[in-house]
Amino acid sequence: MSMSGRPAPPPYPPPQAGEGKLISPPVRAGQGKEEAAVEITGLHKWFGEFHVLADINLKVGRGERIVICGPSGSGKSTLLRCINRLEDFQRGEIVVDGMALTRDVRRVDAIRREVGMVFQHFNLFPHLTVLENCTLAPIQVKGMPKRKAEEHAMHFLERVKIPEQAGKYPNQLSGGQQQRVAIARALCMSPKLMMFDEPTSALDPEMVKEVLDTMVALALDGMTMLVVTHEMTFARQVANRIVFMDAGQIIEVNEPAPFFASPQHERTKLFLSQILH
Amino acid sequence: MDAPTAAAAPTTESAALAYVRTAPAAAVSPPLATAGVLAWLRERLFPNLSSSLMTIVIVLLLIWIVPPLIDFLIVNATWTGSDREACLATAERPVAGACWAFIGDRFAYLMYGSYPIAGRWRVDLFFAMLAFGTAWLLWLEAPRRDLGAVYFFAVLPVTSFVLLHGFEAIGLPVVDTALWGGFTVTIVVAAVGIVVSLPIGIVLALGRRSELPAVRLLSTLFIEFIRGVPLITVLFMASVMLPLFVPESWSPDKLLRALVGVALFSSAYMAEVVRAGLQAMPKGQYEAAHALGLSYWQTLRLIILPQALTVTIPNIVNSYIALFKDTTLVFFVGIFDFLKTIEVARADPNWATPVTSATGYVFAALVYFVCCYAMSRYATGIEKRLSTGERR
Ligand SMILES: Nc1ncnc2c1ncn2[C@@H]1O[C@H](COP(=O)(O)OP(=O)(O)OP(=O)(O)O)[C@@H](O)[C@H]1O
Ligand SMILES: [Mg+2]
Repeated sequence: MSMSGRPAPPPYPPPQAGEGKLISPPVRAGQGKEEAAVEITGLHKWFGEFHVLADINLKVGRGERIVICGPSGSGKSTLLRCINRLEDFQRGEIVVDGMALTRDVRRVDAIRREVGMVFQHFNLFPHLTVLENCTLAPIQVKGMPKRKAEEHAMHFLERVKIPEQAGKYPNQLSGGQQQRVAIARALCMSPKLMMFDEPTSALDPEMVKEVLDTMVALALDGMTMLVVTHEMTFARQVANRIVFMDAGQIIEVNEPAPFFASPQHERTKLFLSQILH
Repeated sequence: MDAPTAAAAPTTESAALAYVRTAPAAAVSPPLATAGVLAWLRERLFPNLSSSLMTIVIVLLLIWIVPPLIDFLIVNATWTGSDREACLATAERPVAGACWAFIGDRFAYLMYGSYPIAGRWRVDLFFAMLAFGTAWLLWLEAPRRDLGAVYFFAVLPVTSFVLLHGFEAIGLPVVDTALWGGFTVTIVVAAVGIVVSLPIGIVLALGRRSELPAVRLLSTLFIEFIRGVPLITVLFMASVMLPLFVPESWSPDKLLRALVGVALFSSAYMAEVVRAGLQAMPKGQYEAAHALGLSYWQTLRLIILPQALTVTIPNIVNSYIALFKDTTLVFFVGIFDFLKTIEVARADPNWATPVTSATGYVFAALVYFVCCYAMSRYATGIEKRLSTGERR
């Protein structure tokens, strides 16, 4: 009932009924047995004396979409940031795409190349155009020729539906457009895993949908996704599993339907009653 | 005129709280009293009693100062002449104003010092190259400013040295630095300070923020030590102590010692200016860059420094202004900078008149003012652009 222990990723469920437009699970044979996209084992992290993450165990299968939710300060962002080593951690193991995360700079860089991240506040580079934002890392990190990087970037800008903004600077765009550029920028590195840290919570309500639609389309393409969000409709629609965190621990992990219909832990029930009313 | 409001008139009690606009508000120009020259004058100069008094006091002050100044500088000034006779008061001209003829006569000396006349084209070429590089860097829309930076910080120093100092192998006779002087030396000292201080300042600023304790400690010690000592002390130290650190055969010349002193001094100040700019960069920029896989140096070079330096331009220019004026202190270690040549020229018995010194100093002030004011205007312009959100 309480701690999720180390759940083996279940074979992804078939489309569930009753939610309208649903996303089919990624078509891939025997995902459960394959090497996981991310495997976190016994992770502990402290900020000084403060125990932010305690005994985190989570295995993300390839093509799996996981939504992480929980009250403010529960350590959701910190967990994501440990996965691409924006934060250090003191104990436990994180394996990304078969590579164990160590302090070795080359290893960290290799993992960051595989993991795209989208931030709450976009964090676009204001001194570069939209196109330059998207081509910078492919050119500098992967050594892609400029021409090819630009074609590649335009492809992703089309996918997030703003190719016409390529020549503009980020602060000439709306929040929703900026966030879509941020998604395209991350995709340009062809990551195996995309992490989203509350991608819509800094947006005006009318822009939330355009960003969520982009993310749904990404999920439809079979991208492995780790999403911290409070958009429960999105979670129902897209997630294979929902992870509920509180006080630095994973409290409950379940598929969306049972998670919302019959939460097990008291803390989960309380949280859901507060956000779903 | 009353149609729109009438249409929204309430018909029932409950509707009194509701309102629906039925026609757009018409565009109306502002009331006369708040626009126009008269309104502006009243608002800016005489809005209330104390401000009005202040306005009057300032106007009186200007009336007291400006006309005599104009009389001295222009009306009574002597514009032509070949020696002191021209600038003396005579029976038909009882009051002698500024002796511009003196400046005209000694102009070449004030510009070039004792630099050989045959080689002065080299100085002119140096000025032109410097102006070109400066314009390239300062004009934010200029093409290939990265090349401009290479030109300014790498090509220019080398070619300037070859030009000014000379290089026998390519047929440029060596001119001993003891002969350099005047505005040329002022510009050389300022330019060396400017060109050297930015890169070293950036390195020191990064060092001070480094995670390596030894690097951090060294940078901090250097910065704080230099900042805690007056420039004149640094100059004396450089000219007395530098020879102790290099082989005797080198015997660094006087100008070089002064240049080292100025460079050290301005680097320490520049480091603090750059550090403030780095501090202002949001953490999210580093994180986004790292998350994309950019290394520490790539992040600095491509993301952080371009932004941090752009927002710091006004402060960088401000410290250049301070540096430009501080160059006058090299005079104490025996360098013939612009101010020193004025000093020498005004003591010239050929031009000894009651107004020579005043004229010389006014001219010096004018030259320094024009240079510093130009820099200041540039900084203000950039500041305005940055604050209106136009960031590139
Ligand atoms: N650099 C830091 N130093 C010290 N404490 C930190 C640091 N970063 C985060 N914390 C603390 O760690 C806890 C978890 O932070 P985290 O940002 O992961 O929470 P979160 O679940 O993402 O919350 P939110 O929903 O508000 O984003 C919080 O109590 C926060 O104050
Ligand atoms: Mg967070």
